[in-house]
Amino acid sequence: MRLSSINWFKFASPASFFPLAGHLARWFAVLAVPLAAAGLWLGLVVAPTDAQQGDAYRIIFIHVPAAWMSMFIYLVMAAWCALSLTLNARLSAMMAQALAPTGALFTVIALWTGALWGRPAWGTYWAWDARMTSELILLFLYLGYMALRHAIDEPRRADRASAVLALVGAVNVPIIYFSVKWWNTLHQGATVSLTAAPKMASIMLTAMLLMTFAAWFYAIAVAMVRVRAIILERERRTSWAGALAGAAR
Amino acid sequence: MSEAAAQPPIERGGWSGVAWALRRDLRLALRSKAELGVQLLFYVVVVSLFPLGVGADPMLLRALGPGVLWVAALLASLLSLPRLFAADFADGTLEQIALSPYPLPALISGKILAHWLTTGVPLAALSPLLALQFGLDGSELVALAAGLVLGTPTLSLLGAIGAALTLGLRAGGALLALLILPLYVPILIFGAGAVEASRVGLAAGGELSVLGAALLVAAIGAPLASAAAVRIALD
Repeated sequence: MRLSSINWFKFASPASFFPLAGHLARWFAVLAVPLAAAGLWLGLVVAPTDAQQGDAYRIIFIHVPAAWMSMFIYLVMAAWCALSLTLNARLSAMMAQALAPTGALFTVIALWTGALWGRPAWGTYWAWDARMTSELILLFLYLGYMALRHAIDEPRRADRASAVLALVGAVNVPIIYFSVKWWNTLHQGATVSLTAAPKMASIMLTAMLLMTFAAWFYAIAVAMVRVRAIILERERRTSWAGALAGAAR
Repeated sequence: MSEAAAQPPIERGGWSGVAWALRRDLRLALRSKAELGVQLLFYVVVVSLFPLGVGADPMLLRALGPGVLWVAALLASLLSLPRLFAADFADGTLEQIALSPYPLPALISGKILAHWLTTGVPLAALSPLLALQFGLDGSELVALAAGLVLGTPTLSLLGAIGAALTLGLRAGGALLALLILPLYVPILIFGAGAVEASRVGLAAGGELSVLGAALLVAAIGAPLASAAAVRIALD
Protein backbone atom coordinates (compact mmCIF):
# COMPACT_ATOMS: atom_id res chain seq x y z
CA MET A 1 0.00 0.00 0.00
CA ARG A 2 1.39 3.39 -0.95
CA LEU A 3 1.60 5.89 1.86
CA SER A 4 -0.51 8.40 -0.02
CA SER A 5 -3.37 5.92 -0.26
CA ILE A 6 -3.78 5.84 3.50
CA ASN A 7 -6.37 8.22 4.86
CA TRP A 8 -4.28 9.77 7.63
CA PHE A 9 -7.19 11.74 8.97
CA LYS A 10 -9.66 8.86 9.22
CA PHE A 11 -9.67 8.92 13.00
CA ALA A 12 -9.66 12.70 13.17
CA SER A 13 -13.39 12.48 12.66
CA PRO A 14 -15.29 12.11 15.94
CA ALA A 15 -17.70 9.64 14.31
CA SER A 16 -14.96 7.17 13.36
CA PHE A 17 -12.91 7.80 16.49
CA PHE A 18 -15.82 7.10 18.84
CA PRO A 19 -15.79 3.26 18.46
CA LEU A 20 -11.96 3.18 18.41
CA ALA A 21 -11.90 5.14 21.68
CA GLY A 22 -14.21 2.52 23.18
CA HIS A 23 -11.80 -0.29 22.24
CA LEU A 24 -8.78 1.68 23.44
CA ALA A 25 -10.46 2.44 26.76
CA ARG A 26 -11.23 -1.24 27.30
CA TRP A 27 -7.77 -2.53 26.38
CA PHE A 28 -5.82 0.05 28.35
CA ALA A 29 -8.02 -0.52 31.40
CA VAL A 30 -7.43 -4.28 31.06
CA LEU A 31 -3.66 -3.62 30.90
CA ALA A 32 -3.63 -1.12 33.77
CA VAL A 33 -5.26 -3.37 36.37
CA PRO A 34 -2.68 -6.24 36.39
CA LEU A 35 0.18 -3.74 36.14
CA ALA A 36 -1.12 -1.84 39.17
CA ALA A 37 -1.71 -5.11 41.06
CA ALA A 38 1.82 -6.35 40.30
CA GLY A 39 3.35 -2.96 41.09
CA LEU A 40 1.51 -2.65 44.40
CA TRP A 41 2.36 -6.22 45.37
CA LEU A 42 6.08 -5.70 44.60
CA GLY A 43 6.10 -2.28 46.24
CA LEU A 44 4.07 -2.96 49.37
CA VAL A 45 4.88 -6.64 50.06
CA VAL A 46 8.07 -7.75 48.34
CA ALA A 47 10.24 -4.62 48.51
CA PRO A 48 12.35 -4.46 51.70
CA THR A 49 11.76 -1.87 54.41
CA ASP A 50 14.02 1.15 53.98
CA ALA A 51 16.81 1.41 56.54
CA GLN A 52 16.31 5.13 57.23
CA GLN A 53 12.69 5.85 56.41
CA GLY A 54 11.00 2.62 57.47
CA ASP A 55 7.80 1.72 55.69
CA ALA A 56 6.83 5.35 55.09
CA TYR A 57 8.92 5.43 51.90
CA ARG A 58 6.47 3.02 50.23
CA ILE A 59 4.27 5.95 49.32
CA ILE A 60 6.72 6.74 46.50
CA PHE A 61 5.14 3.94 44.49
CA ILE A 62 2.09 6.18 44.23
CA HIS A 63 3.80 9.55 44.57
CA VAL A 64 6.47 9.36 41.88
CA PRO A 65 4.26 7.93 39.09
CA ALA A 66 1.59 10.53 39.91
CA ALA A 67 4.13 13.36 39.77
CA TRP A 68 5.54 12.12 36.47
CA MET A 69 2.09 11.73 34.97
CA SER A 70 0.99 15.18 36.12
CA MET A 71 3.77 16.81 34.10
CA PHE A 72 3.58 14.38 31.18
CA ILE A 73 -0.18 14.85 30.78
CA TYR A 74 0.25 18.63 30.68
CA LEU A 75 2.72 18.23 27.81
CA VAL A 76 0.39 15.86 25.95
CA MET A 77 -2.51 18.24 26.55
CA ALA A 78 -0.49 21.16 25.20
CA ALA A 79 0.45 19.09 22.15
CA TRP A 80 -3.23 18.34 21.45
CA CYS A 81 -3.97 22.04 21.90
CA ALA A 82 -1.28 22.95 19.37
CA LEU A 83 -2.78 20.44 16.92
CA SER A 84 -6.26 21.80 17.48
CA LEU A 85 -5.11 25.37 16.81
CA THR A 86 -3.02 24.60 13.73
CA LEU A 87 -5.26 22.01 12.07
CA ASN A 88 -8.47 23.45 13.50
CA ALA A 89 -9.46 19.88 14.41
CA ARG A 90 -12.34 19.42 16.81
CA LEU A 91 -11.20 16.04 18.05
CA SER A 92 -7.79 17.35 19.15
CA ALA A 93 -9.49 19.95 21.33
CA MET A 94 -11.77 17.27 22.75
CA MET A 95 -8.72 15.15 23.62
CA ALA A 96 -7.15 18.08 25.45
CA GLN A 97 -10.41 18.69 27.29
CA ALA A 98 -10.60 15.01 28.25
CA LEU A 99 -7.03 14.95 29.59
CA ALA A 100 -7.19 18.01 31.83
CA PRO A 101 -9.16 16.54 34.78
CA THR A 102 -6.92 13.44 34.87
CA GLY A 103 -3.83 15.64 34.86
CA ALA A 104 -5.23 17.75 37.67
CA LEU A 105 -6.10 14.59 39.61
CA PHE A 106 -2.55 13.26 39.35
CA THR A 107 -1.21 16.66 40.44
CA VAL A 108 -3.41 16.58 43.53
CA ILE A 109 -2.35 12.98 44.27
CA ALA A 110 1.31 13.93 43.89
CA LEU A 111 0.92 16.89 46.26
CA TRP A 112 -1.17 14.95 48.76
CA THR A 113 1.08 11.90 48.93
CA GLY A 114 4.08 14.22 49.01
CA ALA A 115 2.67 15.89 52.11
CA LEU A 116 1.97 12.52 53.75
CA TRP A 117 5.50 11.40 52.97
CA GLY A 118 7.06 14.68 54.03
CA ARG A 119 5.67 14.42 57.55
CA PRO A 120 7.68 11.31 58.60
CA ALA A 121 10.63 11.96 56.27
CA TRP A 122 11.23 15.70 56.79
CA GLY A 123 9.04 16.36 59.82
CA THR A 124 6.72 18.71 57.95
CA TYR A 125 3.75 18.37 55.64
CA TRP A 126 4.79 21.24 53.45
CA ALA A 127 8.09 22.89 52.65
CA TRP A 128 8.57 25.50 49.94
CA ASP A 129 10.77 23.08 48.09
CA ALA A 130 11.30 23.84 44.40
CA ARG A 131 9.53 20.73 43.20
CA MET A 132 6.55 21.08 45.51
CA THR A 133 6.12 24.74 44.66
CA SER A 134 6.24 24.17 40.92
CA GLU A 135 3.88 21.22 41.26
CA LEU A 136 1.45 23.50 43.10
CA ILE A 137 1.71 26.08 40.32
CA LEU A 138 1.13 23.29 37.79
CA LEU A 139 -2.11 22.52 39.63
CA PHE A 140 -3.12 26.19 39.30
CA LEU A 141 -2.40 26.00 35.56
CA TYR A 142 -4.65 22.93 35.22
CA LEU A 143 -7.41 24.60 37.24
CA GLY A 144 -7.09 27.80 35.20
CA TYR A 145 -7.39 25.79 31.98
CA MET A 146 -10.52 24.01 33.20
CA ALA A 147 -12.04 27.21 34.63
CA LEU A 148 -11.54 29.05 31.34
CA ARG A 149 -13.19 26.18 29.44
CA HIS A 150 -16.15 26.22 31.81
CA ALA A 151 -16.57 29.99 31.60
CA ILE A 152 -17.05 29.95 27.81
CA ASP A 153 -20.40 28.64 26.63
CA GLU A 154 -19.61 28.28 22.98
CA PRO A 155 -17.55 25.06 22.55
CA ARG A 156 -15.43 26.19 19.60
CA ARG A 157 -14.40 29.41 21.31
CA ALA A 158 -13.69 27.43 24.48
CA ASP A 159 -11.49 25.04 22.45
CA ARG A 160 -9.38 27.77 20.96
CA ALA A 161 -9.14 30.08 23.96
CA SER A 162 -8.13 27.28 26.32
CA ALA A 163 -5.65 26.01 23.69
CA VAL A 164 -3.91 29.40 23.68
CA LEU A 165 -3.80 29.33 27.48
CA ALA A 166 -2.41 25.78 27.59
CA LEU A 167 0.35 26.68 25.13
CA VAL A 168 1.32 29.83 27.04
CA GLY A 169 1.39 27.67 30.18
CA ALA A 170 3.55 25.03 28.49
CA VAL A 171 6.12 27.68 27.55
CA ASN A 172 6.06 28.92 31.13
CA VAL A 173 6.33 25.59 32.95
CA PRO A 174 10.13 25.22 32.51
CA ILE A 175 10.65 28.93 33.30
CA ILE A 176 8.57 28.60 36.46
CA TYR A 177 10.43 25.44 37.46
CA PHE A 178 13.88 26.99 37.08
CA SER A 179 12.93 30.27 38.72
CA VAL A 180 11.41 28.45 41.70
CA LYS A 181 14.50 26.25 41.93
CA TRP A 182 16.74 29.32 41.86
CA TRP A 183 14.57 31.11 44.44
CA ASN A 184 14.67 28.05 46.65
CA THR A 185 18.46 27.81 46.68
CA LEU A 186 18.65 31.51 47.51
CA HIS A 187 16.19 31.47 50.37
CA GLN A 188 16.84 28.18 52.10
CA GLY A 189 20.01 26.51 53.09
CA ALA A 190 20.60 22.83 52.50
CA THR A 191 17.37 21.17 53.52
CA VAL A 192 16.67 17.58 52.64
CA SER A 193 17.45 17.14 48.99
CA LEU A 194 15.42 14.77 46.91
CA THR A 195 17.98 14.70 44.14
CA ALA A 196 20.64 13.17 46.37
CA ALA A 197 18.42 10.24 47.30
CA PRO A 198 20.27 7.00 48.01
CA LYS A 199 20.56 4.49 45.21
CA MET A 200 17.36 2.60 44.82
CA ALA A 201 17.19 -1.16 45.00
CA SER A 202 16.28 -2.70 41.68
CA ILE A 203 13.10 -4.28 43.09
CA MET A 204 11.86 -0.83 44.08
CA LEU A 205 12.68 0.51 40.66
CA THR A 206 10.75 -2.35 39.03
CA ALA A 207 7.74 -1.68 41.24
CA MET A 208 7.89 2.03 40.46
CA LEU A 209 8.10 1.41 36.70
CA LEU A 210 5.15 -0.99 36.89
CA MET A 211 3.13 1.62 38.76
CA THR A 212 4.15 4.29 36.24
CA PHE A 213 2.88 2.20 33.34
CA ALA A 214 -0.28 1.40 35.30
CA ALA A 215 -0.86 5.13 35.88
CA TRP A 216 -0.13 5.87 32.23
CA PHE A 217 -2.55 3.25 30.91
CA TYR A 218 -5.16 4.30 33.46
CA ALA A 219 -4.83 7.88 32.22
CA ILE A 220 -5.31 6.75 28.61
CA ALA A 221 -8.32 4.59 29.49
CA VAL A 222 -10.01 7.33 31.52
CA ALA A 223 -9.28 9.97 28.88
CA MET A 224 -10.85 7.71 26.25
CA VAL A 225 -13.97 7.19 28.32
CA ARG A 226 -14.18 10.93 28.93
CA VAL A 227 -13.58 11.82 25.28
CA ARG A 228 -16.42 9.49 24.29
CA ALA A 229 -18.74 11.37 26.61
CA ILE A 230 -17.52 14.70 25.24
CA ILE A 231 -17.99 13.51 21.64
CA LEU A 232 -21.54 12.35 22.35
CA GLU A 233 -22.40 15.58 24.12
CA ARG A 234 -21.03 17.85 21.41
CA GLU A 235 -22.13 15.79 18.40
CA ARG A 236 -25.58 15.01 19.79
CA ARG A 237 -27.25 16.83 16.91
CA THR A 238 -25.54 14.72 14.22
CA SER A 239 -27.35 11.76 12.72
CA TRP A 240 -24.77 9.13 13.75
CA ALA A 241 -24.80 10.22 17.39
CA GLY A 242 -28.60 10.35 17.33
CA ALA A 243 -28.74 6.83 15.89
CA LEU A 244 -26.33 5.65 18.59
CA ALA A 245 -28.41 7.21 21.32
CA GLY A 246 -31.56 5.74 19.78
CA ALA A 247 -30.01 2.27 19.69
CA ALA A 248 -28.99 2.55 23.31
CA ARG A 249 -32.41 3.69 24.39
CA MET B 1 -10.64 45.50 -14.77
CA SER B 2 -11.29 48.77 -13.07
CA GLU B 3 -8.51 50.84 -11.56
CA ALA B 4 -9.77 50.39 -8.01
CA ALA B 5 -10.01 46.59 -8.19
CA ALA B 6 -6.43 46.28 -9.46
CA GLN B 7 -5.02 48.06 -6.45
CA PRO B 8 -3.47 45.84 -3.80
CA PRO B 9 -5.13 45.85 -0.38
CA ILE B 10 -3.89 48.62 1.88
CA GLU B 11 -1.10 47.39 4.10
CA ARG B 12 0.27 49.51 6.91
CA GLY B 13 3.60 49.04 8.63
CA GLY B 14 3.93 47.51 12.08
CA TRP B 15 5.68 50.45 13.74
CA SER B 16 3.12 53.01 12.65
CA GLY B 17 0.49 50.65 14.07
CA VAL B 18 2.29 50.57 17.41
CA ALA B 19 2.52 54.37 17.38
CA TRP B 20 -1.14 54.83 16.45
CA ALA B 21 -2.46 52.53 19.19
CA LEU B 22 -0.03 54.01 21.71
CA ARG B 23 -1.18 57.58 20.98
CA ARG B 24 -4.85 56.63 21.08
CA ASP B 25 -4.71 54.69 24.34
CA LEU B 26 -2.50 57.26 26.03
CA ARG B 27 -4.93 60.02 25.12
CA LEU B 28 -7.88 57.97 26.41
CA ALA B 29 -6.05 57.14 29.63
CA LEU B 30 -5.04 60.74 30.27
CA ARG B 31 -8.63 61.85 29.89
CA SER B 32 -9.64 59.72 32.87
CA LYS B 33 -6.82 60.60 35.23
CA ALA B 34 -8.92 59.76 38.27
CA GLU B 35 -8.96 56.11 37.22
CA LEU B 36 -5.18 56.03 37.03
CA GLY B 37 -4.97 57.68 40.44
CA VAL B 38 -7.25 55.05 41.96
CA GLN B 39 -4.98 52.25 40.74
CA LEU B 40 -1.96 53.93 42.27
CA LEU B 41 -3.87 54.45 45.51
CA PHE B 42 -4.77 50.77 45.55
CA TYR B 43 -1.05 49.98 45.47
CA VAL B 44 -0.36 52.39 48.33
CA VAL B 45 -3.23 51.04 50.46
CA VAL B 46 -2.33 47.36 49.97
CA VAL B 47 1.31 48.03 50.86
CA SER B 48 0.27 50.04 53.94
CA LEU B 49 -1.95 47.22 55.20
CA PHE B 50 0.94 44.79 55.67
CA PRO B 51 2.64 46.51 58.62
CA LEU B 52 -0.78 46.68 60.31
CA GLY B 53 -1.16 42.94 59.78
CA VAL B 54 2.29 41.67 60.74
CA GLY B 55 3.40 44.26 63.28
CA ALA B 56 5.80 47.17 63.19
CA ASP B 57 9.02 45.34 64.05
CA PRO B 58 11.61 47.10 61.81
CA MET B 59 13.67 43.94 61.22
CA LEU B 60 10.58 42.00 60.15
CA LEU B 61 9.38 44.80 57.87
CA ARG B 62 12.81 45.08 56.26
CA ALA B 63 12.73 41.36 55.52
CA LEU B 64 9.15 41.40 54.25
CA GLY B 65 9.45 44.66 52.28
CA PRO B 66 10.66 43.39 48.89
CA GLY B 67 8.04 40.63 48.74
CA VAL B 68 5.19 42.85 49.91
CA LEU B 69 6.01 45.63 47.45
CA TRP B 70 6.24 43.17 44.59
CA VAL B 71 3.08 41.23 45.43
CA ALA B 72 1.19 44.52 45.69
CA ALA B 73 2.60 45.53 42.30
CA LEU B 74 1.36 42.23 40.85
CA LEU B 75 -2.13 42.83 42.26
CA ALA B 76 -2.22 46.44 41.08
CA SER B 77 -1.20 45.31 37.60
CA LEU B 78 -3.84 42.58 37.66
CA LEU B 79 -6.51 45.05 38.73
CA SER B 80 -5.78 47.38 35.83
CA LEU B 81 -5.76 44.66 33.14
CA PRO B 82 -9.46 44.78 32.18
CA ARG B 83 -8.84 48.39 31.04
CA LEU B 84 -6.72 47.04 28.17
CA PHE B 85 -9.50 45.57 26.04
CA ALA B 86 -12.81 45.46 27.93
CA ALA B 87 -14.16 48.92 27.03
CA ASP B 88 -13.08 48.58 23.39
CA PHE B 89 -14.68 45.15 23.27
CA ALA B 90 -17.96 46.36 24.78
CA ASP B 91 -18.50 49.22 22.30
CA GLY B 92 -17.25 47.36 19.24
CA THR B 93 -14.04 49.38 18.79
CA LEU B 94 -11.94 46.25 19.18
CA GLU B 95 -13.65 44.72 16.17
CA GLN B 96 -12.79 47.77 14.07
CA ILE B 97 -9.22 47.65 15.36
CA ALA B 98 -8.96 44.01 14.31
CA LEU B 99 -10.24 44.90 10.82
CA SER B 100 -7.82 47.80 10.33
CA PRO B 101 -4.97 47.53 7.82
CA TYR B 102 -2.38 47.59 10.59
CA PRO B 103 -1.15 44.19 11.83
CA LEU B 104 -3.15 43.30 14.94
CA PRO B 105 -0.10 42.28 17.05
CA ALA B 106 1.39 45.73 16.40
CA LEU B 107 -1.77 47.51 17.53
CA ILE B 108 -1.90 45.34 20.62
CA SER B 109 1.77 46.08 21.33
CA GLY B 110 0.90 49.76 21.24
CA LYS B 111 -2.01 49.24 23.61
CA ILE B 112 0.18 47.24 26.00
CA LEU B 113 2.88 49.92 25.87
CA ALA B 114 0.29 52.57 26.72
CA HIS B 115 -1.01 50.38 29.54
CA TRP B 116 2.49 50.04 30.96
CA LEU B 117 3.24 53.77 30.68
CA THR B 118 0.07 54.62 32.60
CA THR B 119 0.24 51.87 35.26
CA GLY B 120 3.71 50.32 35.50
CA VAL B 121 5.77 53.50 35.29
CA PRO B 122 3.88 55.45 38.01
CA LEU B 123 4.02 52.36 40.19
CA ALA B 124 7.79 52.03 39.75
CA ALA B 125 8.20 55.76 40.39
CA LEU B 126 6.18 55.62 43.60
CA SER B 127 7.71 52.42 44.95
CA PRO B 128 10.93 53.88 46.46
CA LEU B 129 8.78 56.14 48.64
CA LEU B 130 6.78 53.16 49.93
CA ALA B 131 9.96 51.14 50.35
CA LEU B 132 11.20 53.77 52.81
CA GLN B 133 8.26 52.84 55.05
CA PHE B 134 9.67 49.32 55.17
CA GLY B 135 13.12 50.50 56.13
CA LEU B 136 14.74 49.76 52.80
CA ASP B 137 17.33 52.28 51.64
CA GLY B 138 20.16 53.06 49.24
CA SER B 139 20.91 50.31 46.78
CA GLU B 140 17.74 48.40 47.71
CA LEU B 141 15.58 51.30 46.51
CA VAL B 142 17.51 51.37 43.24
CA ALA B 143 17.13 47.61 42.81
CA LEU B 144 13.41 47.81 43.56
CA ALA B 145 12.73 50.63 41.12
CA ALA B 146 14.94 49.12 38.41
CA GLY B 147 13.27 45.72 38.90
CA LEU B 148 9.82 47.26 38.62
CA VAL B 149 10.81 49.22 35.51
CA LEU B 150 12.03 45.99 33.89
CA GLY B 151 9.34 43.71 35.35
CA THR B 152 6.08 45.65 35.07
CA PRO B 153 6.11 45.70 31.23
CA THR B 154 6.35 41.91 31.33
CA LEU B 155 3.36 41.87 33.69
CA SER B 156 1.38 44.01 31.22
CA LEU B 157 2.44 41.78 28.32
CA LEU B 158 1.51 38.49 30.03
CA GLY B 159 -1.63 40.06 31.45
CA ALA B 160 -2.76 41.14 27.99
CA ILE B 161 -3.03 37.46 27.00
CA GLY B 162 -5.29 36.75 29.96
CA ALA B 163 -7.31 39.93 29.46
CA ALA B 164 -7.95 38.96 25.83
CA LEU B 165 -8.84 35.37 26.70
CA THR B 166 -11.43 36.42 29.31
CA LEU B 167 -13.12 39.10 27.18
CA GLY B 168 -16.85 39.14 27.77
CA LEU B 169 -16.89 36.17 30.14
CA ARG B 170 -18.82 35.78 33.36
CA ALA B 171 -16.65 36.18 36.46
CA GLY B 172 -13.97 37.56 34.19
CA GLY B 173 -12.03 39.29 36.96
CA ALA B 174 -11.58 36.32 39.28
CA LEU B 175 -10.90 34.05 36.30
CA LEU B 176 -8.25 36.49 35.06
CA ALA B 177 -6.47 36.25 38.43
CA LEU B 178 -6.49 32.45 38.30
CA LEU B 179 -5.12 32.42 34.74
CA ILE B 180 -2.48 35.09 35.07
CA LEU B 181 -1.05 35.05 38.61
CA PRO B 182 0.68 31.64 38.17
CA LEU B 183 2.39 33.04 35.06
CA TYR B 184 3.60 36.03 37.10
CA VAL B 185 5.57 33.79 39.48
CA PRO B 186 8.98 34.07 37.73
CA ILE B 187 8.73 37.88 37.60
CA LEU B 188 7.86 38.00 41.30
CA ILE B 189 10.77 35.73 42.19
CA PHE B 190 13.40 37.64 40.27
CA GLY B 191 11.98 41.08 41.07
CA ALA B 192 11.86 40.46 44.80
CA GLY B 193 15.13 38.55 44.50
CA ALA B 194 16.89 41.62 43.12
CA VAL B 195 15.92 43.68 46.17
CA GLU B 196 16.75 40.80 48.50
CA ALA B 197 20.18 40.42 46.92
CA SER B 198 21.07 44.06 47.43
CA ARG B 199 19.66 43.87 50.96
CA VAL B 200 22.19 41.20 51.88
CA GLY B 201 24.95 43.12 50.07
CA LEU B 202 25.14 41.22 46.79
CA ALA B 203 24.96 42.68 43.30
CA ALA B 204 21.45 42.63 41.83
CA GLY B 205 22.70 42.58 38.23
CA GLY B 206 21.95 38.91 37.66
CA GLU B 207 18.29 39.12 38.67
CA LEU B 208 17.80 42.33 36.69
CA SER B 209 19.32 40.66 33.63
CA VAL B 210 16.86 37.78 33.95
CA LEU B 211 13.99 40.29 34.22
CA GLY B 212 15.28 42.00 31.08
CA ALA B 213 15.52 38.66 29.25
CA ALA B 214 11.96 37.78 30.29
CA LEU B 215 10.83 41.17 29.00
CA LEU B 216 12.42 40.54 25.60
CA VAL B 217 10.84 37.10 25.26
CA ALA B 218 7.43 38.38 26.39
CA ALA B 219 7.64 41.44 24.12
CA ILE B 220 7.92 39.11 21.12
CA GLY B 221 5.57 36.31 22.16
CA ALA B 222 2.82 38.01 24.13
CA PRO B 223 1.47 40.38 21.42
CA LEU B 224 1.16 37.40 19.05
CA ALA B 225 -0.67 35.30 21.63
CA SER B 226 -2.88 38.25 22.62
CA ALA B 227 -3.74 38.91 18.98
CA ALA B 228 -4.75 35.25 18.58
CA ALA B 229 -6.85 35.49 21.74
CA VAL B 230 -8.54 38.72 20.60
CA ARG B 231 -9.45 37.13 17.27
CA ILE B 232 -10.91 34.13 19.12
CA ALA B 233 -12.97 36.44 21.33
CA LEU B 234 -14.26 38.37 18.30
CA ASP B 235 -15.28 35.30 16.32
